[in-house]
Amino acid sequence: METFLQQLVNGLTAGSLYAVVALGYTMVYGIIQLINFAHGEVVMIGAMVAFTVITLLAAAGVPPLLAVTLGTLAAIPVCMAVGYAMERLAYRPLRRAPRLAPLITAIGVSIILQHLALLVWSRNILAFPQIIRTETFFFFGAAGITTVQIAIIALCFAMMLGLAGLVYRTRLGTAMRATAQNPQVAALMGIDANRVIAATFLIGAALGAVAGVLYGTYYGVAQYTMGSILGLKAFSAAVLGGIGNVPGAMLGGVLLGLVEALGAGYIGDFTDLCQYAWLSSRIADCENGGHFVLFGSNYQDVFAFVVLILVLVFRPSGLLGERVGDRA
Amino acid sequence: MKNTRILMTAAVALALAACGQQKPAPKSEPKAEAKAPAAAPSVEIKIGHVAPLTGGIAHLGKDNENGARLAVDEANAAKITIDGKEAKFTLLGEDDQADPKVGTTVAQKLVDAKVAGIVGHLNSGTTIPASAIYNQAGIPAISGSATNPKLTEQGFKNIFRVVGRDDQQGPAIASYLATTNKPKVVAIIDDATAYGEGIANEVEKTLKAANVKVLPREKGTDKTTDWKAVLTKLRGRNPDAVFYGGMDATGGPLMKQGRELGIKAVFSFGDGACTDEMAKLAGQAAEGLLCSQAGIPPQAADKKFLDAYKAKFNVDPILYAPFTYDGAKLLIEAMKKANSADPAKYLPELQKISYSGATGKIEFDDKGDRKDAEMTIFTMKGGKIAPVAVIKGGKTIPFEEFAKAAAAAPAAAPAAPAAEKKDEAKKDEAKK
Amino acid sequence: MTDWRKHRAALWIGCALIALTLAVLPFALAQVGTTWVRITNYAILYVLLALGLNIVVGFAGLLDLGYIAFYAVGAYTYALLASPHFGLHLPFWIILPIGAAIAALFGVMLGAPTLKLRGDYLAIVTLGFGEIVRVFLNNLSRPVNITNGPQGIARIDPFAIGPFSLARPETIGPLHFSGPIKYYYLLLVVMLVVIAINLRLQNSRIGRAWEAIREDEIAARAMGINTTSLKLLAFAMGATFGGVAGGMFSAIQAFISPESFVLVESIMVVSMVVLGGMGNIWGVILGAVLLSFTPELLRWTVEPVQHALFGRSVIEPEVIRMLLFGLALVLVMLFRPAGLLPSAVRKRELTQHVA
Repeated sequence: METFLQQLVNGLTAGSLYAVVALGYTMVYGIIQLINFAHGEVVMIGAMVAFTVITLLAAAGVPPLLAVTLGTLAAIPVCMAVGYAMERLAYRPLRRAPRLAPLITAIGVSIILQHLALLVWSRNILAFPQIIRTETFFFFGAAGITTVQIAIIALCFAMMLGLAGLVYRTRLGTAMRATAQNPQVAALMGIDANRVIAATFLIGAALGAVAGVLYGTYYGVAQYTMGSILGLKAFSAAVLGGIGNVPGAMLGGVLLGLVEALGAGYIGDFTDLCQYAWLSSRIADCENGGHFVLFGSNYQDVFAFVVLILVLVFRPSGLLGERVGDRA
Repeated sequence: MKNTRILMTAAVALALAACGQQKPAPKSEPKAEAKAPAAAPSVEIKIGHVAPLTGGIAHLGKDNENGARLAVDEANAAKITIDGKEAKFTLLGEDDQADPKVGTTVAQKLVDAKVAGIVGHLNSGTTIPASAIYNQAGIPAISGSATNPKLTEQGFKNIFRVVGRDDQQGPAIASYLATTNKPKVVAIIDDATAYGEGIANEVEKTLKAANVKVLPREKGTDKTTDWKAVLTKLRGRNPDAVFYGGMDATGGPLMKQGRELGIKAVFSFGDGACTDEMAKLAGQAAEGLLCSQAGIPPQAADKKFLDAYKAKFNVDPILYAPFTYDGAKLLIEAMKKANSADPAKYLPELQKISYSGATGKIEFDDKGDRKDAEMTIFTMKGGKIAPVAVIKGGKTIPFEEFAKAAAAAPAAAPAAPAAEKKDEAKKDEAKK
Repeated sequence: MTDWRKHRAALWIGCALIALTLAVLPFALAQVGTTWVRITNYAILYVLLALGLNIVVGFAGLLDLGYIAFYAVGAYTYALLASPHFGLHLPFWIILPIGAAIAALFGVMLGAPTLKLRGDYLAIVTLGFGEIVRVFLNNLSRPVNITNGPQGIARIDPFAIGPFSLARPETIGPLHFSGPIKYYYLLLVVMLVVIAINLRLQNSRIGRAWEAIREDEIAARAMGINTTSLKLLAFAMGATFGGVAGGMFSAIQAFISPESFVLVESIMVVSMVVLGGMGNIWGVILGAVLLSFTPELLRWTVEPVQHALFGRSVIEPEVIRMLLFGLALVLVMLFRPAGLLPSAVRKRELTQHVA
């Protein structure tokens, strides 16, 4: 039981990070139907900028929390600038191009950003200074949650709620939703689509920056290649929840995190054929308490995709998505 | 035993130096000793080096290349004459992106460029397909880091490695763990790469042979940063020790998260994660880890190499640089002995070479593996890895004894702070 | 559309001319270095892959981001049946069809559950499929060792007919045939066959049905086209070519491991198709050739130039190569979004299509 609770905590922490990154994908997709492959790279740059700032401040003896806050504050504008430049230079000219064109551009942008980051921050794995003292609160025996985990979960949920408020309660949000539904009609209603789209990229990049900093401080490492795998999973999360749908991305992210944690934690036990008596007698490996594990944690990266495929096959528009039927 | 060998090789090196066709002998100024005729015609000898210079382990690739470059530069400074001509060595550094396909392409490129020898590649996954090309061209290749046994099991006469095989290193760390820490249950994790899985399999084999209970294998990838799910599962099984087959980039976070979850077990690693980097990546949590490196500890044998490396590249070597350095030195040494840079002529010399390099004494067996490769066990102490024992021919020698023996040989005096080492050795004895 | 006969005749003449040039090419390249023959061989493999993917993406309009999986399936089929791993050494003319068939089966396996998906959902599912195949190949070494996991499979047999092996160098008269040159001719023949099949397909009933599906699936169904089986056919045919290419890759390389079949490779092939011009066979070939040669050309030029200018490498050539590669993707898309050689139909469609 305590193992199970611990896995929930693990999954929830990873999941809320996925969710925040997934928001960046889903917002952009919702409004211009573009898979912004380079969003993972924005997250990476956020982590890198924060790394530089935090390292400098930590060396100068600035208190840890202040250093991380300042690092985040430095990362946000840099990422917003990157996000805006990306939209302005690489995507806006292609808004009427065939769908695959901006997808390829996004891949190109992702390669460029990765290697620019390599030039700036070297190719080494950067270790974040271990300045934050983590305290673990134990509940239910050995199951524990650290202060950092609490902070991450709380921050991520705050950001998600903030974004939901922005999308559903403000003028900008209304404009975004209108543009997403029908750009022409929205334009007729006096909405400047370009500004709305730029704003979407800016918000997505800012969220990505924060996610990058949280990711970096939580795991303690950053490297110029970190964006691609994180981006891929977050993107899966967005599709899982129904891409283009803001609450869907949150749900998808958290679910994906939980599935990964529980999958890695339990599938090995369920597929250990030696625990089934009628099989174990027939398998030589099972003698002397041996194991015959069909699927173990080695398939952790696959769980995300398997769940994704299952969901899409039975509910092709994702968990919360609706408006996808007419999209070719 | 060790000290006499070092003495002898040092003597040989000095004798060679006197003959005016030497590579830098210990504590000598290479330039001052060059006695090659000033007006001698020069000949260009190309040596190829291949490692990934882009991608996730590019920092290790650069480290490898630096090692080989240092050897080549030293050889040039020493003004070696081969076949009556002054040899000008050039290092052709290539990037294989850790991709087997690119690996064969650059291998062919180096063959086309008529290199005299190859140092590389870094990964077993690229070295194995490339070795077929080197074999066809008859060019000797020495890898300083490909540890997969399969490389030298292909029957190629010109493929060597100066690093220990997975099936030498795995048993070394495993038997040290089994005899010193006496764990009852061990959890083994690997990163599902050829290296990580290879060494983890060997550790598992040795532990099982020693009647230690091994939990079902857990795996991540070489990019995994979140190990919590796997570690949480393991915590429920209460292992006494954890072994991870993988690199420091993933091993650091693994250990940090393990301690965060309150796992008290001893964490042990192979050479991929046997670096000071672990302390940066895992912080305080890295203290007390056990890990193994192929060869003798750099601190004990080649301060000179470390200093030269630091002076030239302004960084410390990360992992395999001493091995690629030795690889390049071996090629040059064999050329000198054969008095020819023709692969066909110097290959026999390379096969029977006996050379004392930055990583200890090097001789090759029939397969091209390093004979009697020493393995060193390290522990993390005060943010730096420090040697605790040397394993040689199946015997575990506490590092203090080993260093004392080495200290008797003035040419290879250990530069590591002795007091610290003694403490560890004492602790080591106390455990026994 | 009325002059397709004339057009095709012209194509055939062009094809013959190109074939003639291609026949002497390896010897010219070998003068510069055998590497270039090898690079050309890989380029031809990419042409095969791009042509295969073009059937799925270009003809039928189904975006597949996991195409490399079929390549992997073909490669592993060959490797398992012709290497010391299982001690099997079947001849290549038996294995290649088997590999192609298994790859086709995988194509249907991927196609069947994803029939209803469209656009980006299809993209992510195919991407996931590609990753799943790779992860399985990487992990099927336990509990029972099937693929040898990350260690890969070594000493794979080369193509051989009796004592005649494609890997051994041979001298016939004044001509020296190195291993790569022999493979070059084999690959060339296969490529020409695949191009011919593609050309025939494009203008066949099936090709037109695919085009109809791509343009408007509902209308196509209303016209009596069996969209289900045709989409499956597209996946299966695309996969078949991938499987054949994989088998040859396996034989040429003599060692394969899951590292060769990563996502980046899939993206590379998609880029080739899109850069060259989706649906246009010649465009796709151009895209494949360009993208497989550009990195090599850069590798050979950037460093010498830097050395000439600064006397040392300021920025490593590898980084510049990747930066230029990324930049090229962006710029080509910005200025020729339909690809370098857009297909006629596609061009018309694109001018009308508004996202």
